Order: sequence, then structure tokens, then C-alpha cells
Amino acid sequence: MVNLNTIRSREQRTAWILLLPAILLLLLVFGYPIVRAFWLSLFTKNLGTELQPVFSGLYNYVRMAGDGRFWQTFGTTAVFTTASVVLELLLGMGIALVLNQKFLGRSFVRTSAILPWALPTALIGLAWAWIFNDQFGVVNDILHRLGLLETGINWLGNPTLALLAVIFADVWKTTPFISILLLAGLQSISSDLYEAHSIDGATPWQNFTKITLPLLMPQILIAVLFRFAQAFGIFDLIAVMTGGGPGGATEVVSLYIYSTVMRYLDFGYGAALVVVTFLLLILAVAIASFLLSRSRTRTSRA
Amino acid sequence: MSTVIQERPPHPSPTPQSRKSFSIKNIFLSLAVFLVVLFCLAPALWQLLTSFKVNEDISAVPTIYIPTRYTLNHYIDLFVRRPFWRYICNSAFVSITSTAFSLSIGAPAAYALARLRPWGGKVILAAVLIVTLFPGILLFLGLLEIIQALHLGNNYLALIIPYTAINLPLTILVLRSFFEQLPKDLEDAAKVDGYNTWQMLLKILLPMTLPALVTTGILTFIFAWNEFIFALTFITREEMKTIPVAAAQLGGASVFEIPYGPIAAATVLGTLPLVLLVLFFQRKIVQGLTAGAVKG
Repeated sequence: MVNLNTIRSREQRTAWILLLPAILLLLLVFGYPIVRAFWLSLFTKNLGTELQPVFSGLYNYVRMAGDGRFWQTFGTTAVFTTASVVLELLLGMGIALVLNQKFLGRSFVRTSAILPWALPTALIGLAWAWIFNDQFGVVNDILHRLGLLETGINWLGNPTLALLAVIFADVWKTTPFISILLLAGLQSISSDLYEAHSIDGATPWQNFTKITLPLLMPQILIAVLFRFAQAFGIFDLIAVMTGGGPGGATEVVSLYIYSTVMRYLDFGYGAALVVVTFLLLILAVAIASFLLSRSRTRTSRA
Repeated sequence: MSTVIQERPPHPSPTPQSRKSFSIKNIFLSLAVFLVVLFCLAPALWQLLTSFKVNEDISAVPTIYIPTRYTLNHYIDLFVRRPFWRYICNSAFVSITSTAFSLSIGAPAAYALARLRPWGGKVILAAVLIVTLFPGILLFLGLLEIIQALHLGNNYLALIIPYTAINLPLTILVLRSFFEQLPKDLEDAAKVDGYNTWQMLLKILLPMTLPALVTTGILTFIFAWNEFIFALTFITREEMKTIPVAAAQLGGASVFEIPYGPIAAATVLGTLPLVLLVLFFQRKIVQGLTAGAVKG
């Protein structure tokens, strides 16, 4: 027994030695910035205080409540996140269902279907800005040739259209991620289930809603959770495509945080913005993991 | 959702096995497949075509889809008038180094979590899972302070350290699921043969782990190559910039003179390594992503 205990404690020591570098690095790069943001958000540190931290309690949060620009960027972020995640989920599900069929050249199609996901978002932003260009953009040209348009639309110069364009580019870029996850889920569903269901006279649509959707629910929730977090913190795509413009119409929270810190050098307020974004994200994670565990117990019971 | 419906017969007949509805299904499937490929490739191919067009064709109205003249000038421009070769080297160096670090720090941690059942392992795993969801914007302010305090601005370490860390969660999750699938008998046999834990890890486990390390390494390389916000913030010296930032900052002599050709060429060059990775390792990328996201 003593012997077993020493083996176990030696194993523990090895485990912690193996874990330690990773834990230290995670604490440095993830832990410190978050804790530091909480602390710094209680101070005013900007050009007015000559970049010296001056304790100001919850002032930054009070300021945020009355900051119209914050609420506007928050609203834009909410619209962007909801629209892109919903569209990606629908489209990603469609693509996953197609890729799950048997057809010639499936491997090539699967390769093309993950390509957008792997490409650098900033560069993709450049590509889409070019596609939506008001003078020479291919979108305007196609619409013109189809007779839908007389004169070119200034896509990135119009507040609503710019947001649409940015959402479209994000959907293009990240739908593959969702299709990959959902396709893996589809492949794990046994075909026996569908056959049994067909014998009972079920239509394909019933197959989809009664078998595919419920069994795919864990993958759907995971994909949505990942995508929600990424879309909520979107920076590079919008920074490159519109820079938040026109007139702040596509400015999302992360762009606002970035310019608060890097352009206005308002570190305390920037930290408070980081804290609020962090808390919202944690809230979303909590809700999603609650739903996930519920759907997992339901699938295992079924 | 239209795609979902498209690939099924529009009016499910009472005899779905009949030959006619089967061929209708095939037509819809081919159409859906064509649309998927078009949707995924067209924007990238358009940028590729733009990069080879001469300036007059780029700014021609109506748009020229099949140019008669092609040029390499935009590519030459990148290397002659800008230090584009440096950008490529910077991106490659930072991505490869941080990938190596993530693997060598993450693999031992993943093994410990999968096999040695450390106290608090569940908490660590939960923390790792949550941390994967943090966008860079939450971290850059704190990291900026660390980098200023350590005088790491305009130093490759200012990118390598954060990139290693943001790739650690994925590395740990993918490799942990790999280690859990590995038969434990092997390790027990090695211990019976007198190997201690360290020898067993290096001589027996490491060679078997290589395929999983490649899978994970491809993913971490992609993430590091694509990272934008840290590269934008922590590196300001022109010759140290990475490709995404350098390409995003390509400007003309004036606001009205946007160099579309060189921008397209820069996009192509910056995406080329990743296109090659996807072409050769499509299967591994899919495996890694699903292992990282779903099994965690």
C-alpha cells in the first residue's frame, strides 16, 4: 500500500512537471491580461492624467453607461454576430449535408470547402474589399450585367450595405468551420437509423428533423459557441475591409476598444471595455455549456 | 436552408426508390456541389486573376473576366519596391517557432492530463476549454503592458510568446484526445521493461505521437500565420512585419491611388503556403479541428 502511494505521488509530481510550462504560459498570456484589465478599469489612465493611473473607482463603468458610441458599437456587434452565426449555421448545415452525399470528386470538393477557413482573415478582407469596390468591383459588374443595377453601388460607403458586405465576407470565411464540425457529426450517425425510419414511412424532411437535427445538436451547439465567441471579438476582417466606417457604421466593440487604447491612449476606459466584453463572453459560454450538457444527456438517453 | 432542400426531391413521391426521382436527386446534388465549389473558390480565384491583370484591365469598366494580357509586374513590384521577402521570412519564422514551442509545451501537458490524472486536472481542462474562446482583443492591452515592461516591442518574441500561448489550448485538446485513444498496455509494458516515465515518454511514446503532432502543428501554423491584432500592435518596424499586416498596410502614393494589383499579388503570396497545406493535408486538418472542438 505504501508502495502504491509512492508510485501515485511520483506520478503526481511528474504530471505537474509536465503541466507546469503550459500553465505558466497560459497564466501569463491569458490570465494576467484579464486580471489586469479588471484592476486597471478602476483607474483613470489617459492623456488627461499624463498616462499616470489615478484611482477613480467605478467611474469608467458609469462613463460607459452614458457612452453612446459604446452602445452603438455594442449594437453593431450584436447584429453582426447574430446575422453571421445564423447564416453560417444554415449554410454550413447545407454544405455539410451535400458533402455527406456520395458523388464524383468528393475529395476535391471537400478540400475546396475548407479552403476559406484556412486563409488569413486580413488578406481575405482585402479580397472582399476589392470585390465590393464601388468603381471596379465585380459585384457591381455582375449585378449590372444581370440588369439589376443601373449605376454602381458604393457598397462599403453606405452604412447598411457596408455591414451587409462585412457579414457576407465573414460568412464566406467561417462557414467551412461549421460544415467541418457538422460533417463529422453527420458521419457518426448510423445509417440504420434512417433505414428503420424510412420503413416506418418517414419523408426525408422528417428524417432530417427527427433524426439528424437532434443527434447533431451537440455539434451544432459547439460550433455556435465557437463561432459566437469569434464573431463577437471580430477585428481583422472589419479593420481591413472598412476600418469601422463609413461613419462608424461597422465599428464593432473590438475596434472601439482598439482605438480607445491605441489612438486615444485611454487605458483605464479601454480596460473597462475589455472587462465588460469578457463578462458578456463568459455569460454566453455559461449558457451554451448549460444547453450543451442538457442536449448531451438527452441524446444519451434517446 | 435552400441547399438542404435542393439536394432532396422537391416533391417526395410515395415511391422514393423510383428511377425518375433518383435522377432528379442527382441533378440537384450536382447543382448543389457546383454551388458549394463556386462559393468557396470564386473569391480567391478572382483575387488570383486580378494579381495577373495589367493595371488598365484591373480598372476597366465593364469588368474584364478573360484578360488577353497577363503580367507579373505586381509580384515584381512587391519584391523590388517593398521588402516583401522580409515579410514572408518574418511570418514563416514566427509561425514555425511558435508552432514548435506550442507542440513541445503542449504535448507533455496533454499527456499529463490524459494519463497521469493530476489533482485539479479537471479544473485545468475546463480553463483550457474556456480560454480557446477568448478573442485577441481581450488580451492585447495586458500583453502590451508586459511587452513594454520587458522592452520586447519590435522583437520577434513579442509575437512568438503570445502565438505559442494562443495555440496551446488547441494543442492540448487535440493531443489529449489522441493520448486517450492510445492503448495503455504499451506504456505498462515499457514500465515493466524498466523504463522510467521520462525514458518511456521520449523513446516509446514520442515516435508514436508524430502523426498527431503533425496534425496539430498544421493547425497551429495556420493560426500563427493568420494572426493579425498582435502583429499589428506589437511590431511597428517595417522590416519586422508579418504578411497579413504588411499586406493590409500596402498603400499608394495617395488615397486615390490604391494599388489593387500589388494588393492582390500580396494576398496570393500570403495565402499560397496555406493553400498548399490545405491541398496536401485536408484530411489531417479536418481530423484535428474536429478532435479539438468536439472531443474537448
